[in-house]
Parts: sequence; structure tokens; C-alpha cells
Amino acid sequence: MSIEALNLIEVLINGLMAGVMYALVALGFVLIFKSSGIFNYAQGVMALFAAMTLVGLQTGQVPFAHLLNAITGMHVTHFGWNMPSGLAILLTLGVMVGLAFLVERLVLKHLVNQEPIILFMATIGLAFFLEGFGDLMWTAEIKQLDVGLPGGLSEWFEGASMALADPEAGYWGMYVDKLDVTAAVVAALLVISLTLFSQYTRAGRALRAVADDHQAALSVGISLRFIWVMVWSIAGLVALVAGIMWGSKTGVQTSLSLIALKALPVLMLGGFTSIPGAIVGGLIIGAGEKLFEYFVTSDAFHGLTGFNIDATENWFAYVLALLFLVFRPQGLFGDRIIERV
Amino acid sequence: MFYREAGDFKTSYSDDGQTFPIAFDRWRYYAVMAVAFLVIPFLINDYWEKSILMPFLVWSTVAIGLNILTGYCGQLSLGTGGFMAVGAYASYKLMTAFPELNIFFVVLLSGGITALVGVLFGLPSMRIKGFYLAVATLAAQFFLVWLFNKVPWFYNYSASGQITAPERSVFGILVTGPNAAPWATYLFALVILTGLAWVARNLTRGRVGRSWMAIRDMDIAAEIIGVNPLATKLSAFAVSSFYIGVGGALFFSVYLGAAEVGEAFGIDKSFLVLFMIIIGGLGSIFGSFAGAAFMVLLPVLLKNVLVGGLGWPTDLAAHLQMLIVGGLIVLFLILEPHGLAQLWRIAKEKLRLWPFPH
Amino acid sequence: MKLKLALLAASMLTAAGPAAADLTFPMLSYRTGAYANNGIPFADGYHDYLTLVNERDGGIGGEKIRITECETAYNTEKGVECYESTKGEGALIYQPLSTGITYQIIPKATADGIAIHSMGYGRTSAADGKVFKWVFNYPGTYWDAASVMVKHIIDVEGGDVSGKTIALLYHNSAYGKEPIRTLEELSKKHGFKLQLLAVDHPGLEQKSQWLEIRRSRPDYVLMWGWGAMNPTAIQEAANVRYPMDHFIGVWWSGSENDVKQAGDRADGYKAVTFHGVGDDYPIYDDLKTHVTDKGLAAGAGDQLGTVLYNRGMYAAMLAVEAAKTAQEIHGTAAIDAAMMRDGMEALEITEEKMAALGLPGFGPAFSVSCADHGGPGIGMIQQWDAKAGEYTIITDQIEPDREVIGPLIEEDASAFAAEAGIEPRACE
Repeated sequence: MSIEALNLIEVLINGLMAGVMYALVALGFVLIFKSSGIFNYAQGVMALFAAMTLVGLQTGQVPFAHLLNAITGMHVTHFGWNMPSGLAILLTLGVMVGLAFLVERLVLKHLVNQEPIILFMATIGLAFFLEGFGDLMWTAEIKQLDVGLPGGLSEWFEGASMALADPEAGYWGMYVDKLDVTAAVVAALLVISLTLFSQYTRAGRALRAVADDHQAALSVGISLRFIWVMVWSIAGLVALVAGIMWGSKTGVQTSLSLIALKALPVLMLGGFTSIPGAIVGGLIIGAGEKLFEYFVTSDAFHGLTGFNIDATENWFAYVLALLFLVFRPQGLFGDRIIERV
Repeated sequence: MFYREAGDFKTSYSDDGQTFPIAFDRWRYYAVMAVAFLVIPFLINDYWEKSILMPFLVWSTVAIGLNILTGYCGQLSLGTGGFMAVGAYASYKLMTAFPELNIFFVVLLSGGITALVGVLFGLPSMRIKGFYLAVATLAAQFFLVWLFNKVPWFYNYSASGQITAPERSVFGILVTGPNAAPWATYLFALVILTGLAWVARNLTRGRVGRSWMAIRDMDIAAEIIGVNPLATKLSAFAVSSFYIGVGGALFFSVYLGAAEVGEAFGIDKSFLVLFMIIIGGLGSIFGSFAGAAFMVLLPVLLKNVLVGGLGWPTDLAAHLQMLIVGGLIVLFLILEPHGLAQLWRIAKEKLRLWPFPH
Repeated sequence: MKLKLALLAASMLTAAGPAAADLTFPMLSYRTGAYANNGIPFADGYHDYLTLVNERDGGIGGEKIRITECETAYNTEKGVECYESTKGEGALIYQPLSTGITYQIIPKATADGIAIHSMGYGRTSAADGKVFKWVFNYPGTYWDAASVMVKHIIDVEGGDVSGKTIALLYHNSAYGKEPIRTLEELSKKHGFKLQLLAVDHPGLEQKSQWLEIRRSRPDYVLMWGWGAMNPTAIQEAANVRYPMDHFIGVWWSGSENDVKQAGDRADGYKAVTFHGVGDDYPIYDDLKTHVTDKGLAAGAGDQLGTVLYNRGMYAAMLAVEAAKTAQEIHGTAAIDAAMMRDGMEALEITEEKMAALGLPGFGPAFSVSCADHGGPGIGMIQQWDAKAGEYTIITDQIEPDREVIGPLIEEDASAFAAEAGIEPRACE
């Protein structure tokens, strides 16, 4: 194969991998939207909060240390332990479940039957609150996250792909980040287990019933409040996974919450109510934006049009999703919108 | 004096249909206007102008704009920051290309240009609804910001892409640039806002406003009774974008004086304005003012109490401030989902019946 | 009752009243927001140095320093609010700590007559003191940094870079675009090819850019990054096995925060700097006795010795020295903002001065003049040693190529003067 074609394939593969990373964030949105009709803007901040909590527990940071020090004049920062990653992840999961419980108790319970936009705003309020709370609890400084995931260039793949080209052409193989591959595997596991859960367990069936019709579900004795706590807990788990993946890539810091903005076009494209849609949408968005960037920054494009453009990824994802929506207003896999007067 | 209609006789239809049917309300309104126009300009200093009053006036203008689109016409938009950027860059290009043009017309023309852009990005609303539309308007947000950052023509090829407003005056009095007096910039923005708010109030009471509300309440039903959805939605996008563009032009030229697109008109601005209209009250002009006041004043107040009053470290104060703002938003939505305007309405109803509520 | 409440609210909106006779150093810091992890160490260093001067020397010339910290979150409007709320208290000097806020308050501070010191950021052409009377950016600017980096590359390459490719990976904002014009000029002069790669805020996803680097294999990559973009870029560079010692960051991309996530693989990463690294300076003993041991350290007190902490300290040191100079010139301890400006313009930093302050060889020796507000622009290259977990300086002081930068500064400054209607003042 020619090097140009191989380069194109490399961009495509990396785009798909990036798409999986977006889909991880988008999954959390879908879960909550499907079961309660809430567009949960706080999902990105939840991922940040989960990652911060994980690092904090792992390294034995004292929560609210700064606040305590300011009020009492103490000087505490660390407990002085180093927790194994597995235990820290489990504890963080516990914290996320507690968070879900509190969100239901303090916020959602009081907002039943409100318009979607009000619920949406409430989640933005929640996002602000959680960001301030997280900073206060674990400080706003950058932290390293290391739970022992593999990372870096995959040499095996580089070698294997090198063989595809003509040996004289001087091709150096393709680049794939092992962390991205891990993320893809985890995402696949997550989707499979979520599907199994919702198909074969009692709670999962109740979840689907609620997603189909709130009132009918209530009338057969399903507790909406329990379902909501459960869904927010699962969304917390997804947020934790996303937080670990993104945190391993960039370190844990405030900007991490902005990954939510990368997930929104994925949602639009895949539909707000479909789990496979989130994955497929992520793949399309990831591949699309990387290929587009590759295309517009190439010499060929520059020579053809005379334009010199780059850094298109932020808006291209949205425009791509917008174009899709004009033809399918409910997204690729979303429920059909039926309107009656 | 009691707060009620009784004894206040209306003798013509126009009297009957006025905005403030109650005499007390009218007087209160005149009093507020008198204070705003005749008292504040004599008291204002740099701090009050730049930290409180100018942001309030600018954000009120923008909030009225978004309220027309989201509150009256029901089209959720997250592209506000991008449209403000259009207004700001339009005013910059107009100011530098036509130095003779009066700044007053520059601001209005910038609004007009933004309206055109708004209509363009409003077209998908024909097909897309609800949150899908909200996310679609984000396309406008990100694309516009990218465009102004990328194309050097928009920032006159300056080295870093920052735009700085040159000095312009009205009747020989500077209103832009660092040497403008606080009262001058304040009055300039106030005059524009008062005019626009008056227009908005009357638009929303008239045929156009009623067709917007029909679309908001149920678009299919509205279409059946003869409201043209295309014209209605696009007119809402146009009028809304005009207001937002004027707000953006004021934000850049009169309030800040310099701006960088990614920082000044980012996505957080879109959310900020959305907060304002929801806290203030969707579908209410008063609510736009109340929401803008709330979101401008609350952080400044919190900061001064926590840092200035209690002497806390600034970072703790900033984190707490975020936490409190977020908590208050949630609390507000729980207590009164229809915003400050609804509280105001309830208070007025109570006053009308007082002291004999039964 | 209502009136009382209104008055109470009004008094709370107005910041606390000014205290008389102190030297007020407002501090526009950002300990929250997207760039918090860069803002915290700088703010701590700035604050601690001023505290040290107060505790050890009893202030400057007997006048205590009053620090008014104000949180900007790197946000322009909050910065303006901070500026307006602190300027009434007799503020002597502003260090806005953000390129955006600097651009914002340059005209305002000029109109109000308060000096701005944007050390190693902000508007580069402010180095032209004839046009920008109130703005200083010594000891160096971004354009100097770009030139120093290229000079270092020329050194490493043994004197010739013609035909080589140098890529610039930049934050797609006013800040990131600063060096482009200089690098274009330098590429013409030295015959290297310049490749531009923009990364949008926040820069969490840089696959496209690094695949491009991997494909086109530039000989060197320069980085103008900020916030989350830095650690992500270094991580990606390590992933694609880009040789770290050919990857050079500007001084805002060269802190411990940026390299730690990549672990050992970041070993050898370089960055340009204009001051010393580490805590191996006598001043740290003073800091320990007078500040940290007394529990007066700003923030969490865990940033001492980091690159950005040192930079904050350096900024405070220059401000204090300028205040001392101003006191000498005007023969009074209670200086005002205009005297402070005179002090900054007459500032002279010598080796002896730095040694006396407990910072021997910390930065370049330089003097400011009426026409030159930019200092010498001398930089050094620091390199990350992952095993030791610290940066070390690996070069001597490198002088920038002022032949190229001088005309550029003049051009940009005169364009600003024409646009803003400023008549450049005569210097001598």
C-alpha cells in the first residue's frame, strides 16, 4: 500500500479511538436522559469529581484540608497512606453512589414534573456546585492519576503495520496509543454489561419500563425514586471510568470537566436515548473530525483552495452532527418523535 | 395609596391596554427611570460603572434577546456567546472602517448584522427541536468563535488577534476608550437598553409576540390555526440576535474596550445568559433584568463578603462562591421554577388584595 | 428598613475601605478555573516574597506592604472588576497575570496613571517605552523567548539550521499566536522551515497534531501551551516517541505540573526560562524562618521551589526593588503610583543586588530605561530530569536576536500608537 493510504488509515484508526473516548462520556448522558428525561450537564463535572476523589483517596489526601487549615489553623495535608488502586476505585464508586443518593434526595425529588429546561438548568447548577465542592475538597491543583493502565505507543502494532508498506518506502508504521485500546475494551465491556443488566435483571427491566413510560411503570409498582438513584449511580460509574481514562491521559485538573463538550455532538448524532447510538455516534464523530482536520491541513487542500485553516475539530463535530440532524431530527438511533396536538 | 385598579378609571382603549395598568406601578416605573437617568449619573464612579452597572446593562440587553428566543418563542439556544462575538466584531470592523460613523449607529448596525447571522443559524430550527436544537446552536457558538480567531481580516491583522476599541464620541462626549467618563458610558448604554426594552415589551404584546408564544406553547397547534412556523421562528431568531448583537457590541466597545474572542465570547457566556433568563423568569422582560442583576451582583457580593468582610483566602472564597452560586440556582429552581418574575407577580397579586385577602 | 438593607447591600458591593499610608500591591491571581494549577504556585510565590519583606525588613524603607489579593479565575471581566475595585486603594503596580487582562487594562491603567508590569507575558510591543509609558515587560518578552529558543537550536545543530524544519505547537489564542511573526522572520533569516500547529482550548485532545508531527517529522517542536494543553502535549510527545530534547516549551510550558503526568518518559524535555530553578538559594532559609515556620505561607504552602513559585517570587522581587528605587529617587518612603513608575523605569538589577537579596545568579543583570521597557530578553534553557524530579539549567544566558525583534516591536508599537492616537514621547 502507498504511504498516503496508510497515513489515511492511521488517522482513521486514531479517530475511531478518540471517538470511543468521547462515547465514554456520552454514555453517562444517555443513561440519565433515557430513564428520566433529564439532560444531565453535570456529567463532565461528575467525571472530574470522580477522578479527583480517586486520586485523593489513593494518595491519602485529607479532604477539605485547605478549609480546615484556614479555619482552625492546623496544617494537615495527607493522611500518609497509599491506597491500592482497586480499593480506591471501589471506595470512589461508593462516593459516587452516595452522590447519586443525595442528588435524588435533595434535587430531583423536588423537581418532579418540571419542564425539561428547568431540570437541565438544575443540572448546570449541580455542575457548578460539584466543581466548587470538588475544588474545596481536593484542591484545584493538578494531580497525577495512575491506576496502572497501559499507555504509550503500541510497538507490536507499529511493527505489524510497517510490513504493509513497501520496505524501500521508509514507512515507520502506525501509531496507536495503548491507553486508547484499553479504553475501547473497557467501553465494550461497559456496553455489554449494561445491556446484560438491563435485559436480564429485575432492576434492569424496571429501568427499561421507566424509560418506556414513567406513569405506566409507577402504576405497576416500580419505585421511580429507587430507579433514579440507581441510574445516577450507574452514571456515576460511567463518569468514574471516563474520569480514569481521560485523567490518565491529561492529569486530573479542572479542565477535565470540559470533556462534556466533546460528548454533546456525539449525543446529537447518536440520539439522546440510545446506548449503541452513543458508541456509533462517538465513532463517527471521532473519525469524522480527525479525517476532516487531516484533509484541510493537507498540502493538497491548501494547494487546491488557497485556504490555510486548522484547529477545526471543536466546531466540525457539531456541524457534522447538525447536518445529520437536518435529515434525522431524532439522531441516528433516537426514539422517533411523534407529535400530536 | 393602595395598590389596585379601583378608582383609577380608564377612558380609552389605549389606556386600558397600557403596560402598567395600576397607577402605583406607573409612578414606581417613572421613579425608577428618574433615578436611573437623573440621579445615578451624578453618583457613579469607575468601580460602580465597570463592576456593576455596565455589566448589568449589557447583560440585561443580551438577556432580553435570549428571552425573546427561548422564553417567548421556546427555541432553546446555546449560541449566545457566538452571536455576541458577531456583534462585537461587527462593531470593531465598522468602527475602524468608517471612523466618521457615529458609535450609536455602529451599535445598531452591529445588531443588524448579527440578526442576519442569527437567521442563518436559525434555519435548522425548522427541523430540529428541543435539546437537539440547543446542541445544534452550539455549532454556531464554536464555528463563529473559530472563525473570528482564524481569519485575520476580522481583527485587522493585529499581531495577537486581540481587538481594541478606538475612541468614539456622541455629541462630542467620549463613550468608548479608556478616557470615557463613567457617566457617559453608563448613559449611552442605558439609553440603548431603555429603547430596546421598550420595543421588546411592545413587540411581545403585539401580534408578533403572540405568534411566538403560540409556537412556544405548541408548534403544531399553532401551525393549524394559521401561524406560519418558518416566519415566526426566523423572526424570533432575527429579533433575538439583534438584541444579542447590540449587547455584544456594547460589551466590547463600551464596557471592556478590548476583547479576545475565545476568552470573551466562549461557551460559558452562553450558559451565563441562559442562567439569567431562567433565574429571572422565562417569557418576561422584567425577568431578564432581574436575572441579569442577580447573576452580576451575587458573585460580587459574595466575594466582598467572604474576602473583604471575613478575610478568607481568595481561593477558598472563589470555590465557595461557585458552590454557593450552584446551590442557589438549584434551590431557586426548586422553590420557584418560574423565576424571580413569578415571585414579583405573586407579590403584586398579594398586594392587590391586601389588606383583605378574602 | 428597606433603605437600611439597600445601604447595607451597597456597602457590601463596594470593596473594603482603603488603609492609609501603606504601600499597596494588588495581586490579580487565579487559584480557580481552567488554569488554576499554573496560577496557584505563582500567586504563592508572589505573596510569600512580599510577606517575607514585611516580616524580615519591616516593609520597604519602613513602609509596610499591603497585599490585596483578588481572584480573577483568568477571566477578563473578573480581572476588570479586580482592577477597578483595587485601584482606588492607592495601588502602585499591577501584574495582571494574563495576556487577556493585560490587553484589557493597558489603556485603563495608562489613563489612570498606574504602572503595569507584565513579566514575560502580555503585549510584547509594550517593550517600546516611548509609546507605552506605563507598561513594562522586563526582563523579556515572548519574541525574545522565540529567538532564544531558535538560538539554542542553532547551537545544538552546530551553527546551521538551514533546511531544517521547526514546528510550533501553539495555544490557539492571542497568547499562542504571539511568537508566529518573530519565528517567520527568523525562518527567513536562518533558512529553516516553519510548521504551524494550532491547538484549541482546552487542548485535551491533540491526536491530529501529534499524528501530523509523527508524519512530517519536524526536527524541533516549540510549544506555546497553557493549562491542560501542556501535560497532554508532553504525554502525546512521549507516546509518539518524539525525542524529548528536541521538544522545547516557552516559559509558561515549563513547570513541574506539565511534565509529571508523563512520568519517566518526559525525561529530557526542555523549556526556556529567565530565572533560576530549584530552592538552592539563600533566600529559602529566610523564607523558612520568617514565613513558613510562622505559618504565614500563602495557599497550601506546598509549592516552594517549583518553577512557577520562583517566577512569582521573582516578579515580587522586581516590584520591591522598583519600589526601593522609587523611594531613592523621590526621597520619600511613602511613594505613589507615579513615583513607582519612575522607580520601574530607573530599575537596575545587578549581580551584587541579587546576591544581597539571597538570589545570586537568579536572573539576568539588566537595567530599564525610558525607551526600553523590555529588558535584555536574556533566557536560559532548562531541562527536566525525571529521575531527580527537577529542572536543571543546561545553558548559559542566551541573548536574543534583537536585530530581528527590534524592528518588529517598533512596527507593532507604532501601529498601536497610530490606532490609539498616542504621540510617542521623546526619550532624552
